[in-house]
Amino acid sequence: MKDNLQEAVKEITSANGNDSCRMIDIVREVQSRFGCVSDEAIDLIAKEVGTARVEVESTVSFYAFLSKTPKGKIIIRLCNDIIDRMNGFDVIAEALQKALGIDFGETTEDGLISLEETPCIGMCDQAPAAIINNEVVTMLSTDKVKDIVSVLKSTADPKKLVKRLGDGNNANALVKSMVQNNIRRKDAVIFSQNNGIESVALEKALAMSSVEVINEVKTARLRGRGGAGFPAGLKWEFTRGAEGTDKYVICNADEGEPGTFKDRVLLTELPNRIFEGMTVAGYAIGAANGILYLRGEYAYLYDYLMSIIRSRREQGLLGKDVLGKKGFNFDIRIQMGAGAYVCGEETSLISSCEGLRGDPKNRPPFPAQKGYLGNPTSVNNVETFAAVLSVIDKGAGWFAEMGSKGSTGTKLLSISGDCQSPGVYEFPFGITINQLLKEVGAEDAQALQIGGPSGQMIGKDDFKRTICYDDLATGGSVMIFGPQRNLLEIVDYFMEFFIEESCGYCTPCRVGNVILKKYLNKIMQGKGEPEDLTILREIGEAVKLGSRCGLGQTSPNPILTTLEKFRQVYDGLVKENAEGFRSDFDIQASLAVSKNIAGRESAIFT
Amino acid sequence: MSDKITFTIDGVEIEAEKGQTILKAAENAGIYIPRLCAFEGLEAHGSCRVCTVLVNGRPQAACTQPVAPGIVVENETPKVLNVRKRIIEMLFVEGNHFCMFCEKSGNCELQAMAYRYGITAPTLPYFFPKRDLDMSHPDIFIDRNRCILCGRCVRASKDLDGKNVFQFVGRGIDKRVAVNAEARLEDTDISLTDKAVDVCPVGALLKKRVGYKVPVGQRLYDHKPIGSEIESRE
Repeated sequence: MKDNLQEAVKEITSANGNDSCRMIDIVREVQSRFGCVSDEAIDLIAKEVGTARVEVESTVSFYAFLSKTPKGKIIIRLCNDIIDRMNGFDVIAEALQKALGIDFGETTEDGLISLEETPCIGMCDQAPAAIINNEVVTMLSTDKVKDIVSVLKSTADPKKLVKRLGDGNNANALVKSMVQNNIRRKDAVIFSQNNGIESVALEKALAMSSVEVINEVKTARLRGRGGAGFPAGLKWEFTRGAEGTDKYVICNADEGEPGTFKDRVLLTELPNRIFEGMTVAGYAIGAANGILYLRGEYAYLYDYLMSIIRSRREQGLLGKDVLGKKGFNFDIRIQMGAGAYVCGEETSLISSCEGLRGDPKNRPPFPAQKGYLGNPTSVNNVETFAAVLSVIDKGAGWFAEMGSKGSTGTKLLSISGDCQSPGVYEFPFGITINQLLKEVGAEDAQALQIGGPSGQMIGKDDFKRTICYDDLATGGSVMIFGPQRNLLEIVDYFMEFFIEESCGYCTPCRVGNVILKKYLNKIMQGKGEPEDLTILREIGEAVKLGSRCGLGQTSPNPILTTLEKFRQVYDGLVKENAEGFRSDFDIQASLAVSKNIAGRESAIFT
Repeated sequence: MSDKITFTIDGVEIEAEKGQTILKAAENAGIYIPRLCAFEGLEAHGSCRVCTVLVNGRPQAACTQPVAPGIVVENETPKVLNVRKRIIEMLFVEGNHFCMFCEKSGNCELQAMAYRYGITAPTLPYFFPKRDLDMSHPDIFIDRNRCILCGRCVRASKDLDGKNVFQFVGRGIDKRVAVNAEARLEDTDISLTDKAVDVCPVGALLKKRVGYKVPVGQRLYDHKPIGSEIESRE
């Protein structure tokens, strides 16, 4: 397709109202049509929406799925997260390189296929996996790679890769993906319901006053399911009470924490519940608009989710006077992400919705006071919206009886790693790690990563502890590591992940994580001294304390929690440096540039 | 009710106006809280983090955190000082700072801050990044080796000059300040009289042909440490 760039940009920007707030949609579309957002395209977009070109460039340069330089018509993004690594990432990577004849970061000569790595794509229960344009391929093997490459080369159409469809709505005509849900355990709050088409909760909510709805959620003591655990009712109350008539409900479906994928399953199986939960929230806080922020990796669900929104509009469940309730208007749009972990942080997510780079915002003001475009905004997790419906449906008392004291209800856990049955489990809060391991078939586990890289790594001493906000908190990610795993390699990967995903706004997170990894690598190479462990802790604390948002405030956790729980691993690697020389100094490496310039070896350092 | 409130910084009770930031309130009371991204007349940025203080035990950036009645602020306690020193060190090692021949030496806020906190040489590993210079403009140049990403030029150009000459691009450790042109400063509408040209705390954005103009001994921080201008206020 030989689109004329100028005309195409005009068409794309005008379809988005020439609105700079829709910048992500605009550049995503340009990227998908032209394989890049070139300097020329950046100039044209800036002119059409009336902004400076450097502002457009700023946004484009931030997101992993956008590129200024041309990419292939097809982009294979192989997931490189730790679970994929444990399941053969290296072998698959090599097979892809061989079959395509290119390295990662390169494009085939005919411009057809680019090969890239990407962090967790939410498929840890079916790793190794990759995204090919918008299609997801899972459970990769070297044979599958051969097949994939040959289909792509002969058809140039990733849709042709779809063979056996996944379970549930993965087989829906608008999804048509090979992804599996792997729902392993159902409990009373989320998976006991049908998919909410009857809309009992919404009817019930609309029969109450908005204050009553908020009180019900408060009484249920429902806490945010994203991981931070802020009381959802309180967040709604703040947003409702904030000054401003234009209020927003945002559903955070930027499920980027490595090892979590339960929101993907919720979006696939219970989208009506999510949209209905958002509608209830809209009624409670007095918002007329909702935004579902869908991570770029889940683009394969976009058409399907849009069709659900449309059908809800047709049924009067969205739009003007929802369910005939005079004066309650509420509608939802979907904002696509473009590959940035930090956008799961609520203020970064808002920046992204506004068409900006995904930098977090300064707080205060909090989103409840000044969020999306400066308006009061409540950002809640996908699962929180799903849980709200049960609270309204069955009552706060019923809900609060489940779980533990400070953590009512149930929690969806995404279980992956060294276990027999990876997948999504719904458990009441308060379950012990031992119970969990028994159920998933991982009783020989050496360590668990609770809450993803930003959470903590625990060992056997902690298996008696419980999953809840007051003990082991998690947004849903539980990664299991068997006795054969090298824990520091895992920690190293997590640090690499944070370095890649830091927005770079504040010093401690931008620089500190790189320093932490340098010291960690020194130790892993056997060149560390006992003093380096003290430095690790000190820098880790500085990054935690000094960083501006949740990413930096938690990024040293892989190091700090393993230093605490698995100290012996570090102690076994460091040794006193008797000579006092810098053990990590490599004279030959340092001389490399000079030797190259001089065209000869050093006469002194041979 | 007046709009005055009181709170303490390192045990000293100070009076502040409601809505003020901790940084500003401290400054009015003659207490210096270090800052690199904050600049009088520009909106707070909250990025350098050297102004980190503990507020009732919780870390906050003093440049963005508003005062509240009765809060207990720790500014120069060992815990805070440790974090600050580490952050200052980080800014040195992530770039290429050669004070001995930098024309900003003696007037550089980063250098002055290192001296104030007793950092004579960083102990952390240097990154030695490859960064570029932009000498295209006849009167102004950018040396990204020295940029600390404080965003003062970005904000000043936008908010004070009504232009949009600078903006951040990239992310993480690869983040940098770009200009509003395909590549060169020369192709932007920056002018020598722009406020943006005067706000750089380090030697990253400078005017040409004025380097080393002030003799050693008469430079801004030759005799008094950074912050003393605030501490001598009463």
